Amino acid sequence: MSDPKTFFLDEEEIPFEEGQTIIQAALSAGKYIPHLCYHPEFKPHGSCKLCTVRIDSRTVTTEDGQTVKIPGRAAASCTTPAQAGQHVESEVPEILDLRRTLVQMLLVEGNHYCPSCEKSGKCMLQGLAYDLGVMDPHFPQYFSKREVDASHPDILLDFNRCILCELCVRASAEVDKKNVFALSGRGNTKHLICNSESGKLGDTNLAATDKAANVCPVGVILHKRHGFEVPYGQRRFDRAPISDNPAQYAPVKEQV
Amino acid sequence: MNAPLPKRKLKVATTSLAGCFGCHMSFLDIDERILDLVELVEFDRSPITDIKHCSPDCDLGIIEGGVCNAENVHVLHEFRKNCKILIAMGACAINGGLPAQRNSLDIRDILAAVYARPGRGVHIPNDPEIPLLLNEVHPLHEVVRIDYFLPGCPPSGDAIWKFLTDLLAGRTPTLGHGLIHYD
Ligand code: SF4
Ligand code: SF4
Ligand code: FES
Repeated sequence: MSDPKTFFLDEEEIPFEEGQTIIQAALSAGKYIPHLCYHPEFKPHGSCKLCTVRIDSRTVTTEDGQTVKIPGRAAASCTTPAQAGQHVESEVPEILDLRRTLVQMLLVEGNHYCPSCEKSGKCMLQGLAYDLGVMDPHFPQYFSKREVDASHPDILLDFNRCILCELCVRASAEVDKKNVFALSGRGNTKHLICNSESGKLGDTNLAATDKAANVCPVGVILHKRHGFEVPYGQRRFDRAPISDNPAQYAPVKEQV
Repeated sequence: MNAPLPKRKLKVATTSLAGCFGCHMSFLDIDERILDLVELVEFDRSPITDIKHCSPDCDLGIIEGGVCNAENVHVLHEFRKNCKILIAMGACAINGGLPAQRNSLDIRDILAAVYARPGRGVHIPNDPEIPLLLNEVHPLHEVVRIDYFLPGCPPSGDAIWKFLTDLLAGRTPTLGHGLIHYD
């Protein structure tokens, strides 16, 4: 038995177990760090950068007696292992500004018309934007032209809202063992594809009960014949902000 | 001691561009608080007054809806010229909203589908009185500088009230949980 290890998250001491990443330890300790591509059941992906934190900033005194802050390195907390004694900044203005910008970029890059999206009210991108106080898109709207795939009997794909988090890709490969989804292309042509000869979801063996059909954090992978079931005002992020209950995102402890 | 400055009411202009007037209807949801509001502001161009052009000394311009035709561009420029502060109110003003869902389609195909379908004749309206449609619907901040954004489809009466009272009190408007909504 070694001594319990701890690090500091916004000055608060957080215990962690060897091998845990910063976000895992934080969420286990009930401290929320924003994230989109992280999911407690899957290998970290490190692509959305919403979970960015600053590690080990230093304050130094210059020769003329002024104190200057030297910012520590910025890192994705979902892929960075926790280390004893390190100082992590998360809820600080500079990091919050960065996250706000990332959310704005995601919102203008896809076609996010929340009023007509069935995920609205329980969408993690939207929930995060609310929590960060995103009032404006800041950037010009991209108006990308993307298809909808309605070929599957039970599942609808609206690629307009894909944030390329690969949660469906990982769920299909790691849990369902089906490899239904993949990402293809680079840069702004990068997009989600379905693994069938026609490229259509209807020609894959995806089932509505698959993990991959139920893991999308935004409104891409939708179940047909279900929509707008919870009234406005009673949906998940109407009732409580996304940051309210970090335990729901905490990693599942291995049973020994 | 200096005498207090005489209180001048702020001049507010409002308009709906490519919107459904839902944001204006929601504005009325501030209910009896509108009596407090008219103590502080007077309405210039707006659907309430039916003034056609805003006065050159408006303090606040509140705009609902995005930009979908040449007239919208014109009105938006007029607002920018005549109002010190412009507020984009609602989803359409902020990102084009539902009207912008036509942006992935070809404008000729849309007009043909609407007006030149079998059984509907072949005439696509082209009277010079009808404002020219733009190829795409645009949010306001792509056309002129916007000072503040008030999201929602529509923003609730409470959100509009909080936003305006913050602004009139000289604070940066913030909408906390429950008031900030994109739908
Ligand atoms: S996926 Fe989320 S952010 Fe995008 S339109 Fe749907 S609710 Fe809005
Ligand atoms: S479809 Fe959903 S889960 Fe899959 S990559 Fe896109 S946003 Fe992520
Ligand atoms: S949650 Fe860490 S990069 Fe996406």
